[in-house]
Amino acid sequence: MAATTAIVTGKPRRARGGMTKKRPLDWVLLALVVIGALIVIVPFYLIVVNAFKSPVDYATSGPFSLPQAIDLTGIQNFWERVNFPEKVWNSIFISGIVSLLAVLISVLNAFAIGIGRVRGRTWIVLLFLLANLLPQEALLYPLYYMFKSVDLYDNVWSVIIVFTVVQAAFGTYLLSSVYGTFPKELLEAASLDGATRWQILWRVVFPISRPTLAVLLIFFFIWTWNEFLIPLTFLASNANQTVPVAISVLQGDRLMDVTTTAGSALLGIIPTLIFFLIFQRTLTRGITAGAVK
Amino acid sequence: MSVLTRAEHGASRAASGTAHDGGNTRRSRTKLPPEEPAIPQRKGGTAGYWLYLLPGFVLLLVIIVIPLVFNVYLTFTRWRGVRTPEFIGLDNWVKIFGDEDFWTSFANSVWMVIAMVVIPTIVGLIVAALLFDVVGRKFGGKVGSFLRATYYLPQILPIAVAGIVIGWIFRPGATGAMNQLLGTVGIGPVDWLGQMPSALLVLMAVLVWVQIGYPIVVFMAALQRVDPELYEAAELDGANWFQRFSAITLSIIRPEVFVVTLTCTIAALKVFGPVYVITQGGPAGATLVPAYYAYTEFFTKRNIGYGATIATVLTILVVIVSIIFIRVQSSLERKERAGL
Repeated sequence: MAATTAIVTGKPRRARGGMTKKRPLDWVLLALVVIGALIVIVPFYLIVVNAFKSPVDYATSGPFSLPQAIDLTGIQNFWERVNFPEKVWNSIFISGIVSLLAVLISVLNAFAIGIGRVRGRTWIVLLFLLANLLPQEALLYPLYYMFKSVDLYDNVWSVIIVFTVVQAAFGTYLLSSVYGTFPKELLEAASLDGATRWQILWRVVFPISRPTLAVLLIFFFIWTWNEFLIPLTFLASNANQTVPVAISVLQGDRLMDVTTTAGSALLGIIPTLIFFLIFQRTLTRGITAGAVK
Repeated sequence: MSVLTRAEHGASRAASGTAHDGGNTRRSRTKLPPEEPAIPQRKGGTAGYWLYLLPGFVLLLVIIVIPLVFNVYLTFTRWRGVRTPEFIGLDNWVKIFGDEDFWTSFANSVWMVIAMVVIPTIVGLIVAALLFDVVGRKFGGKVGSFLRATYYLPQILPIAVAGIVIGWIFRPGATGAMNQLLGTVGIGPVDWLGQMPSALLVLMAVLVWVQIGYPIVVFMAALQRVDPELYEAAELDGANWFQRFSAITLSIIRPEVFVVTLTCTIAALKVFGPVYVITQGGPAGATLVPAYYAYTEFFTKRNIGYGATIATVLTILVVIVSIIFIRVQSSLERKERAGL
């Protein structure tokens, strides 16, 4: 979860005083960091390279070489076996609705806690924080039982409801402290102009905090996309599964050939890479919006 | 209680558009000021704001609080998931203390903490310091941020997909990437996941790989708060790099070290996905962790009451760890403020 938190702030500082003289030791240290980075991306390299090989090519030339000819059968196998577009749509639908609802709930909660300063707010914030930190196993069977009894089991809405609450719990925690420092003059001015609380929330607080909310939205989306335990448990039928669950279920089939595995991993990674690019930009926007002096 | 302080600070700037000095603001923001509501009140005090909390509270009650209580109740029952749970008192709790698998799973949690907390924090500190101090300063910020992004990449990969990738690389027989590679230098295929200690080591390696980007990004963000003049002064006084690092950097980024160790420890205690995908707790329970153990009791063995007991112990542990961390951090902060 908290992967987020820091990135919100993470703008690389420009090298002070331009580039200074480089000693030989600096080159050694650079090499070390680069080697570390290479080790980190080796698995990504293996996936990309092998997803495009034929099984024969893999057997003869090994995992590290580039494909001799582009062969899409691995990717195609996986695509058809799990009906990939359907899984992507499930993931987008679940993560999209969750992030919108969770931001909405977080805003309402944080408005009451951070701006309304309701009594006992420290405890309320703690309660929400704990809801986010709890191991999901402690809710798993009761939720499973509850969803079965209200006929929401094996329905994407069960997962949507659960993650809306879990993500909103974190959002409430973060946003409450953000709203706790909201400029008072703005609120007072709006109030003097006769705005109601509801109007102040949507016409003043919401627009001004939009950059933070965008960051929350993106993170909720990614976290929900990556979730595993709850979707695995609650989405039993093939047609409802998310991308990570579909990939892992197929993995259980040990007979699957190597290139299909690599193909499935590649297809599992592509959405992630797309988020990575989107999220880098959103964060920069969030940061620059706040950094205006 | 100021875990995540730094993030809040950044986010609050983003929200309010007011940027303060940006330098040494490190006060806790979680304890909200005790004054009046920010909007002048006409009537009824803050009571009206409870309406805004209503949807959140109802959801929290139905999805978190009630299931949690239900789960605790289940620890006193025997239940196969059908008909009604049968009340058996403390039997599950007695059983759990004599259960070897249970202790193994918690012993393995220690390995998970090493893989997800100890190694990433130490290596993350070193890499972040190098990226910031050496790469960023001497080779340009662009190189630094590019490398940072590379280290961060596994963090956004769904853990299940990460597990599959690694499971494939360490596949037994000659088709796994690792065995293929070893085969070229004449080493026979190793059954990486089928024996100890390699199964546990592979699992730990995955977790290090997935986790490493998080502390690096957090620490690099924190390092921006270090005043370069402080460094230069120390340099003039003849302090070497290591002395400067330990005296200045470490003390300034301590809140971030707390955040990282707290969040990663909790994540390590809760780890499930990689175990499910890579080893299924095997060979012979050697990589069993509490979350996976509870899961199999629920859905494979259908001992719901016992699974609930394991999950409850895990929850208690997570809560205790959180409280200890938060206590220690706030007492350190108080001391620091008193000292200033």
